Amino acid sequence: MAEEEEKEVTLLGTWSSPFVLRVKWALRIKGVEYNYVEEDLRNKSPLLLQHNPVHKKVPVLVHKGRAIAESSVILHYIDEVWPLRPLLPHHPYEKAMARFWCKFEADKLSPPLWRVLTTRAEEQREAQASSIESLGLLENELEGKKFFGGQTIGLVDVWLGALAYIIPIYEEITGLKLVDQSKLPRLCGWMEEFLSSPAVEGTLPPKDMLLPRYAAMREAFLAKAKGPAQQ
Amino acid sequence: MYSATGINCTPMAGAVVEDVKVLGLPLIPFVIRVLIALRLKRVEYELVEVQIAEPKSEILVKSNPVYKKIPVLLHRGKSICESAVIVQYIDEEWSDGSGSSSILPADPFDRALVRFWAAYIDDKLPAPVRALRWGTEAEKAAELAGQIRQALGLLEEAFVECGKGKGFFGGDAVGYLDIALGSCLGWIRALEKAKSVKLLDAEKLPRLTGWAERFLAEESVKGLVPDADEYQKFYAAAEARTSATPAA
Repeated sequence: MAEEEEKEVTLLGTWSSPFVLRVKWALRIKGVEYNYVEEDLRNKSPLLLQHNPVHKKVPVLVHKGRAIAESSVILHYIDEVWPLRPLLPHHPYEKAMARFWCKFEADKLSPPLWRVLTTRAEEQREAQASSIESLGLLENELEGKKFFGGQTIGLVDVWLGALAYIIPIYEEITGLKLVDQSKLPRLCGWMEEFLSSPAVEGTLPPKDMLLPRYAAMREAFLAKAKGPAQQ
Repeated sequence: MYSATGINCTPMAGAVVEDVKVLGLPLIPFVIRVLIALRLKRVEYELVEVQIAEPKSEILVKSNPVYKKIPVLLHRGKSICESAVIVQYIDEEWSDGSGSSSILPADPFDRALVRFWAAYIDDKLPAPVRALRWGTEAEKAAELAGQIRQALGLLEEAFVECGKGKGFFGGDAVGYLDIALGSCLGWIRALEKAKSVKLLDAEKLPRLTGWAERFLAEESVKGLVPDADEYQKFYAAAEARTSATPAA
């Protein structure tokens, strides 16, 4: 299509996906122009199915006709193709640490946060404690740093960034505190810095659309957990 | 002292600078990945076997306090965890600049391809392999075997794009994706034997079958991927211990 060929980069995404946002931020930081295609995941486009046949998910980055899927893979790709304003540090050990914290988020933070949103009572309390423990490790990582990447936004900031707007939404929906300023002051500061940075400004999904969406997810999961007999 | 991410310790007087230790066990595929990567780079290392069941070895807990899992690479007083992170570290730390011993390809798109499939392997293989191994009823077992076969089927196809007509996923030489999948070959063969099920079926997956033979014959790999019988011995011993434990 003529439109798609004007810019050689296309991003397939959905408005609400934090994984897609990671890629948007990276492209913004690098100053890369791109076409954006909004996907309806209940009615996946031929383009999406063609470019990500394995997972059929977003984000997908298409560059010079070739598709890259999985946000972690995409972020590395972007950093390597457009090396100015690097996301990853230079030193192999620092690189390893950045990758480690991304994996940590996926393994040890995202799952309990999800359970905070989608469970109640004892299970939810445990999830809250688990989330706060993991957030505590991130708090330690910020010592002496403005961003996880140092003075500028790096891979870990882009990876974790969605938490800056999602956590307050979870707190509002569930009434539970996750990032207490008195206990996690650096993380609080980081969230503010990140959200007000040029790369992020204007990119967030509208809160008045996102909050009902997450609230509805909570209701759906709680209803399912109750089981048909008890509804 | 020990931090959340690693240990910082002063090397002993007279210690070799390139002192490399791997905390792990020789049967674990994720550990095998690290050992193959070090071999490819011709880096001497010491495999320090640790206790992963409770109570875990102190050195493991101190060097990987977040996950308390193997493998862990100890190098220059730092610890690096997670096999994918470690293998990339090894590739970057011991890079000779010319790219001749590169584990990941040079081209960013090719790198993305191998990272994608390596993530796919970790997403789709370990869970059903473990679930199938530790015994389950026939219907569930068939489903799990099907999941494994399906994943291998996609990798059979991926071999074409990644290998570009050569003998390995990495082309002429063993690379990142060869390591990611190849380290699991012993696991897969052991499962086939133990459960009398075909997973890496030579008829259905001819490319992977040929690749597996070549991979296991490679100098850098020889002796690192245990065969089915070694796994069987280990599982039998583990099962004996479990059944010997008196019920609570």
